[in-house]
Amino acid sequence: MKHLLSIEQLSREEIEAILDRAESFAEVGRRDIKKVPTLRGRTVVSLFYESSTRTSSSFDLAAKRLSADLVSVKAAGSSVDKGESLKDTIATLSAYDPAAIVIRHPYAGAAQMVAGWTEAAVVNAGDGKHEHPSQALLDVYTLRRRLGSLEGTKIWIVGDVLHSRVARSNLIAFERMGAEVTVCGPPTLIPRGIEALGCEVSYSLDGVGEADVVYALRMQKERMSESFVPSLREYAANFQINPRRLNPRQLLMHPGPVNRGVELSGEAIDSPQSLIAEQVAAGLVVRMAILYELLAGAEAAPSGEGSRPTPIGTPA
Amino acid sequence: MSLTDALDVRACEQAFLVLRRATVLDPVAGIDAVHDVVIRDGEIAALAAPGEAEAEGAEVVEAEGLHAFPAFFDPHVHLRTPGHEHKEDVETGTRAAAAGGYCGILAMANTQPPVSTAADISALREQARASASVPVGFLATVTRAMEGTDLTEMVELREAGAIGFSDDGLPIVDAGVMRRALQYQHLCGGNIALHEEDPALSRDGAMHEGPVSAALGIAGIPSVSESTMVARDAALAGYEQARIHVQHLSAAESVEAVRAAKAAGVQISAEASPHHLCLTDEAVRGLDPHRSKMNPPLREESDRQALIEGLRDGTVECIATDHAPHQPEEKDVPFEQAAMGVTGLETAFAALHTELVLPGVIDLALLVERLAGGAEPFDLERPSLAPGSEANVVLCDLGAEWTVGEDGYESRSANSWCAGQTLTGRVLMTVAAGQVAFRLRSFSLGVAS
Repeated sequence: MKHLLSIEQLSREEIEAILDRAESFAEVGRRDIKKVPTLRGRTVVSLFYESSTRTSSSFDLAAKRLSADLVSVKAAGSSVDKGESLKDTIATLSAYDPAAIVIRHPYAGAAQMVAGWTEAAVVNAGDGKHEHPSQALLDVYTLRRRLGSLEGTKIWIVGDVLHSRVARSNLIAFERMGAEVTVCGPPTLIPRGIEALGCEVSYSLDGVGEADVVYALRMQKERMSESFVPSLREYAANFQINPRRLNPRQLLMHPGPVNRGVELSGEAIDSPQSLIAEQVAAGLVVRMAILYELLAGAEAAPSGEGSRPTPIGTPA
Repeated sequence: MSLTDALDVRACEQAFLVLRRATVLDPVAGIDAVHDVVIRDGEIAALAAPGEAEAEGAEVVEAEGLHAFPAFFDPHVHLRTPGHEHKEDVETGTRAAAAGGYCGILAMANTQPPVSTAADISALREQARASASVPVGFLATVTRAMEGTDLTEMVELREAGAIGFSDDGLPIVDAGVMRRALQYQHLCGGNIALHEEDPALSRDGAMHEGPVSAALGIAGIPSVSESTMVARDAALAGYEQARIHVQHLSAAESVEAVRAAKAAGVQISAEASPHHLCLTDEAVRGLDPHRSKMNPPLREESDRQALIEGLRDGTVECIATDHAPHQPEEKDVPFEQAAMGVTGLETAFAALHTELVLPGVIDLALLVERLAGGAEPFDLERPSLAPGSEANVVLCDLGAEWTVGEDGYESRSANSWCAGQTLTGRVLMTVAAGQVAFRLRSFSLGVAS
């Protein structure tokens, strides 16, 4: 695997390889010294054209835990502000000979284009409303830890599917891992033709009792001004996940940041069913695993070690 | 009107040519046989028996095994001048047209600034007389500065030589303004060519709305954003007894709307582009804007089939390229940010021959008829090979394979939707208004006898 551009491009085996690798990094995370020398002397560029807390901080920390030199570029305050094109920015950053470029961009296909312009491995950290593969991988990782397997699991993705790259990547990843997915939300926020991806579509939460996992999406306030929904109040009345709609058997997930009281009630967020904190923790180890797989995976794997990935190295 | 009377071209020597033993196909004139085609003094002087034509003083082209068709006419080209000459101008755009087998084109008015005054038209016509390889006509905008609110001085524009009117690039959103333009057509004449799109429905869409846009997370442009406007304008044209030409049909619903309007007696004509006839939104999956980003967008297979059916039954009377040159920096960006449009003049015949004729979807005669069908909606004579007609001839080798772009382009821009593809069928020579407008460099010609 040269780049991580989408979940669409990954087979179930490739997904599982990354998750297995993440398990071994979780073990490293329990050591006193959490850093390994794997990427010492190599450079990782993180280039964010959109604001981000979780994704950018966890990719940055993942690179540091792997001992890479990290260059973090935010669009605000950089040459991007001065009108430089993406292609030229990539050419500039490629002059540092980075091993990897982690990019978030407001438009679909940006990471894929970047992959054509640089020798570095490219990690898509979100391209427009298209895909967010590292989020899907950490969500599958979180669920696999809790459930053992996603095979046959019923997962409902609830909310603004239309504008959500998380919904698209997760839908594909969950299905690839054997889950049955239903997307649910008001008809104005469900993209026409989404069922071609193999999911069920529901315009109401009436059937959500069948779900083993409820994955709520962030409801952005600006969707109201664009009249996708009449009001956040009406949205919450119909689609908010709260203890009344959630039974104790079900697991609750959310990619964050949460609008408390809109897509999720406070009680739901803080309930023991909620995996939200585990998702964030998983973000770090899964992103370490992604960088490892792309930069050190093939050549660093020792022979005769079986399927269990071990070359984590000694503490730095 | 003949193309030379209505359009402008750089005057060159009139050819005296004999196309020896060419397979001549002109379905409208009922010609389908091997002839010696004699071109002289701007006319098809004769279709003689093979090997029989008198060639004294003529340039003789050994055309055995080659096809001669009426040259093509494209009513929808963006020459980008004034304002965007880094993309195209009259000289490069008409050179591209000649290389594609066209004997005439109409240039759209959505330049910078838009072509909205008689002075604009006069200046462009002068440029064409100085630098156009094939006859070119210019449309003027329907509304001032394409703002969609006030009509241009349509009578004066017509007197200055505007062939017709179009705000192409933008729809005329206000139905009241559209109605006034149609009423005024009874005074000024000239067809009105329409880019049909309801921006309230297309919004910030960047591709066709359907399963592919859902999978890619790109905002969709629904088919109804086009078809509802086609239906509205057909109703207005019927009510005002006026005439409209619908540009670049893309959706099955739009084809149906045009068909229904024709059945109801509305004076309406329509065009479809080679890329909409050959590609679907599946081509967008690669997110490469060079080949798959245009407006209207590539739609689904059922839409493509509806367009082909429209070609067959005459609902769509012509193929128009919507040749829209852009420079690399406008296309080397993520899909949603990229400029809309692809070039098409140099590849239209070869692409459609490869994609539709060779697999047996449509026959060669229909393709030839539709590629020349863009003249009549604008009151221009359809190119014809009947003796006595103006000499507008394209000579093609239907067996020649070539790779698009490998030798560069005549156009100043390289955003061809079929760049890198190997096509079968190549234009060897184009005669436009009696002048040799193009010959393929590698095509060896007979010597004057």
